[in-house]
Amino acid sequence: MNSKPRVGVLLSRVRVEEKLLLAELESRGVETKVIDDRDLVLTVEQRPDLGVDVILERCIQHGTALYALAVLDAWGVPTVNRYEVAEICGNKLLTTMRLIRDGVPSPRTRVAFTPESALVAIEELGYPVVLKPLIGSWGRLISKVNDREAAEAIVEHKDVLGNYLHSIYYIQEYIQKPGRDIRAFVVGSETIAAIYRASDHWITNTARGGQASNCPVTPELNALCVRAARAVGGGVVAVDLLEAPEGLLVNEVNYTMEFRNSIDTTGVNIPAKVVDYVLEVARAAR
Amino acid sequence: MAKCPECDAEVTVGSDAVKGEIVSCPDCGAELEVKETAPLTLALAPKAEEDWGE
Repeated sequence: MNSKPRVGVLLSRVRVEEKLLLAELESRGVETKVIDDRDLVLTVEQRPDLGVDVILERCIQHGTALYALAVLDAWGVPTVNRYEVAEICGNKLLTTMRLIRDGVPSPRTRVAFTPESALVAIEELGYPVVLKPLIGSWGRLISKVNDREAAEAIVEHKDVLGNYLHSIYYIQEYIQKPGRDIRAFVVGSETIAAIYRASDHWITNTARGGQASNCPVTPELNALCVRAARAVGGGVVAVDLLEAPEGLLVNEVNYTMEFRNSIDTTGVNIPAKVVDYVLEVARAAR
Repeated sequence: MAKCPECDAEVTVGSDAVKGEIVSCPDCGAELEVKETAPLTLALAPKAEEDWGE
């Protein structure tokens, strides 16, 4: 090896996370190219020449990330994360199916395709239930449904929302959690850090005001999170877990993780770990 | 310094500001994207869409 890999950071806007990642790359003297996804044109008939050895995907829009990675992956351009991971993590149903395939405990889930069958599924699971859009983040449009009247209203609204994806009803049992959930950060084969996210509201996303505090990474938590990460294809992911009475359940896995509230909280230099992994992927591909 | 495209207030950003960063207008609170740093150029930041997130 005679030179450091060149890293391309594909992004939409420079948030705190991207600033930290760029600063980490700069501090190591890594040649870095910032690629604004709004300017990107990919020639699909040939290997895209972006002048870098690896792409770190940090797009804010799932659709942009997914299809940029689809083209790059098809041409063998090393990316973090890989297309498969974006495809699975970006869709809650596909994530659930991978978790089930690999025996990773997760909340009981039903899928239905009409308002009528959705109501049947909701009543079968028993109130309260949670309805989630298949694609979405930051707790957006997630509904906790406590009774039949609310169920009918939510299902009717989803039926007319416009996007066909809202008429694919993803219905989950509501887990009685202790006012918090757990977010664990997995890089490669290790859970590098975890936080509790506490909130008086049942939605605990820090993007929605949930308060972060350190969560010790026990061997059990590490093992479960690494299994969840592998189930979705591995890489750099954030695993959200619920503390159910019967044990930890994996709720979802995020592939373009936000970590601004978790560095001081955990004392772990998350961007440094991510950059280590990105450089490793680039070197492995050489 | 540049003018807020929403309310015409004068907006300054830190010396470490980079292209693509989002800042808020201190007067009207609009989210602004740094399009250029020298000279400072600001535009209204895009509104969050349904597939935004992690």
